[in-house]
Amino acid sequence: MTGDAGAEAMKGNAPAQLEVRGVTKAFPGCLANDDISFRIEPGEIHALLGENGAGKSTLVKIIYGVLQADQGDLIWEGKPVTIHSPHDAREMGVGLVFQHFSLFETMTVLENIALAMNDVRDMAVLRQKVIEVEKTYGLPLDPDRHVYTLSVGERQRIEIVRCLLQNPKLLILDEPTSVLTPQEVEKLFETLRRLADEGCAILYISHKLHEVKALCQRATVLRGGKVVGGCDPREETAKSMAEMMIGQKLVAPDRGKQREFGDVRLDVTDLSLISDEQFGTHLKNINLQVRGGEIMGVAGVAGNGQNELFQALAGETEHEAAPDSIKIDGKSVAHFGPRRRRRLGAAFVPEERNGHGAVPDMSLSENGFLTAFRRMALAARGLIREVPTRSFADNIIKTFDVRTTGSGAEAGSLSGGNLQKFIVGREILQDPGVLVISQPTWGVDAGAASAIHQALLDLAAKGTAVLVISQDLDEIFAICDSVVVMSEGKMSKPRPMADVSIEEIGLLMGGLHDLEADATPANDTAEVGGRVGQA
Amino acid sequence: MVRLEPRRQHSQAMVYLSPVLAIFMTLVVGGIIFAFMGKNPFDALYTFFILPINNSYGISELFVKATPLVIIAVGLSLGFRANVWNIGAEGQLTMGAIFGGGLALYFHDSESAFLLPAMFVLGAIGGAFWAAIPALLRTKFNANEILTSLMLTYVATLFLSFLVHGPWRNPEGFNFPESRPFPDAGLLPIIYDGTRVHLGTAVAVFVVIAGWLLLSKSVIGFQLRVVGKAPQAARHVGFRQKRMVWFTLLLGGALAGLAGLFEVAGPIGQLQPSISPGYGFTAIIVAFLGRLHPVGILFGGLIMALTYLGGELAQITLGLPNAVTGLFQGILLFFLLACDVLTKYRIRFGSTAAKGRTA
Repeated sequence: MTGDAGAEAMKGNAPAQLEVRGVTKAFPGCLANDDISFRIEPGEIHALLGENGAGKSTLVKIIYGVLQADQGDLIWEGKPVTIHSPHDAREMGVGLVFQHFSLFETMTVLENIALAMNDVRDMAVLRQKVIEVEKTYGLPLDPDRHVYTLSVGERQRIEIVRCLLQNPKLLILDEPTSVLTPQEVEKLFETLRRLADEGCAILYISHKLHEVKALCQRATVLRGGKVVGGCDPREETAKSMAEMMIGQKLVAPDRGKQREFGDVRLDVTDLSLISDEQFGTHLKNINLQVRGGEIMGVAGVAGNGQNELFQALAGETEHEAAPDSIKIDGKSVAHFGPRRRRRLGAAFVPEERNGHGAVPDMSLSENGFLTAFRRMALAARGLIREVPTRSFADNIIKTFDVRTTGSGAEAGSLSGGNLQKFIVGREILQDPGVLVISQPTWGVDAGAASAIHQALLDLAAKGTAVLVISQDLDEIFAICDSVVVMSEGKMSKPRPMADVSIEEIGLLMGGLHDLEADATPANDTAEVGGRVGQA
Repeated sequence: MVRLEPRRQHSQAMVYLSPVLAIFMTLVVGGIIFAFMGKNPFDALYTFFILPINNSYGISELFVKATPLVIIAVGLSLGFRANVWNIGAEGQLTMGAIFGGGLALYFHDSESAFLLPAMFVLGAIGGAFWAAIPALLRTKFNANEILTSLMLTYVATLFLSFLVHGPWRNPEGFNFPESRPFPDAGLLPIIYDGTRVHLGTAVAVFVVIAGWLLLSKSVIGFQLRVVGKAPQAARHVGFRQKRMVWFTLLLGGALAGLAGLFEVAGPIGQLQPSISPGYGFTAIIVAFLGRLHPVGILFGGLIMALTYLGGELAQITLGLPNAVTGLFQGILLFFLLACDVLTKYRIRFGSTAAKGRTA
């Protein structure tokens, strides 16, 4: 009945805050949790490690009462409990910050928070409490903003705030730091350590193993729905934990020999854009040049203009920018749509896979056709050429080791990592001269992430200019040659990766610009016009 | 307890089974309704669904009724695929009949072989013109095409009524509100002697094949599907939604206009205040019954045509009201939409605990 981690944890005699005993949960076609056992003591920060699809989310949903286990027991403070719903879970004192936000877009921040509370009597009191928590934990958030106007990062803040409001006894955090700056992460960790000192148990789920190492006292590792081991993260290296997660040796991306950079292939000059969205971020005077063979990272907290930058580069927004403000291989393209930009050899991978980078209801074959039909000549006389279309998809599947039943499978049936490999592969096989890729490994398992990183490095080695927009600083440090930081729609000057420290990037992410770069106060959100020419 | 459980992948089997299931359930509910009306349900269903097609003339009539339904539904389905909800095919049909029929009336003593082809063209233009108005309003002012196309239907039918009561009334027609009969050169040739099956039926088959090619094999059909399923992905690769709105509305309007012309130049032979028993609306059901797929629409069109024939026969032999036709059509659409849930979900019986034991 008890797994390795459970046996190891049986040492203490005091009842655990939560003990999971033999939990099993099956979905059609997969066993998501297979006889999982472990325990979390009060005041302990416990890491749950595992790749995407290892069963972490399912387990969390069972603990939070969203799903019911097929078999097994949950023991809360020594007593077996049945958790029928999230309401029950909150009543008991379980708080959860979901990885995928469960927010109502058309309601305000405060209303969303109120919805997740078990009893709200007075909105004014709640507002006061929210503002207090925000202040205490450094999570700035306007309670009256509508959620649909918020960035990913801000949405996550709502989740964190609404959990902290309930004084939980067990706080579960699912990938909470992906939208925070290093300084904010440190601040969150202080908060979590304080909570733990107050006796709150914390179940911490993250891919970022050095964070786990810095924060957690114990870890349970899941693979394929089973507990495969436990460890003390403080005594392990990030590499050894990663290998435990994926069950094989981890190969660091091979950066090859120092690449020679060629001519500028992607040239953005003084790009300023007013966002169409009511609360979107305006782009202010963006400048960057990416040379052939160079991988440039765009760091920054989500919602600081990265989406707008991506859309402007991909040509998704029909805008009034000067034609010269974006050049691909020397050609002015800012007035072109996506198809003409692609014809010039540019390729784009958006952050969101389902519905943006791929059509979930369509087959992989059709999804390959989606962006490649011109460059790969998959259409003739207005008709789809079936055979080359299918073999292009097959080629992607083979080259990038996409795990699927075949090119006829619907894109939506693939796991996040596999679909991302397919989308990245689709663009890389088109042999682009410029690749702009947003959050290349967001929500992707370690195996797929390292494959994607390697593919980007190989692509750059062939002379492509690659722009990586990422919130994951590890990723930027792992693959980029240079870095720029976005904050409030502005961009810092490019810096070679070798010359810049993680603290400096963190400060830039927080909006503190170099004195020489910009003298205007950072809280000024005035129109673009006022900024032009100052940077 | 009965629960719906999401499927990992859409069930292909249910895509085809759900219309069959819907038809079956319609028959059951229809039978119950007949029983409540004091008729023997089996007799009534027999009269409604079998009697109309138990002879060759009946089958030919089925094709005559199915022709406009299929032509219109193929056009509508392309729009529906792209999330363009043209509900006003009835109006576009009427406008097509007015444009094409107007030409026949203007040349009412013509014997030219060019008259009929010219009527085809004008009929299609008339329908497309009427659909262009919602397209313009949608793309320029973001006005919902469901409302605009629907409202324009009433404008079109009233306009037709005005014409046949006034300027286009047959001067030799004893003041009846109808136009001159079209000249022979403006009538569709019968392609099967002794029936009313006309050239339009052959065109309908052609439309099905062309629609299938367009939807499944062409780049523009691919764009339609992407725009409908994932608008953001469409924007990402530069498929313009506005262009799809124009394309599908114009094409759907043109086909509806053509179908309208076929009615007045075929079975009717002149303009009347009423030229369609709601083909433009029924075609919406046909499009969904046929899974928005041209080949499916061919079958869907035949089934809905049967409800028209059955309704007529039920009036004559059973003394049931004509509303029975609309009733059956509504029930069918209702069950169809309900059964569609099964392509994405499966039904599970029993509680979660029971399922746990089997897992």
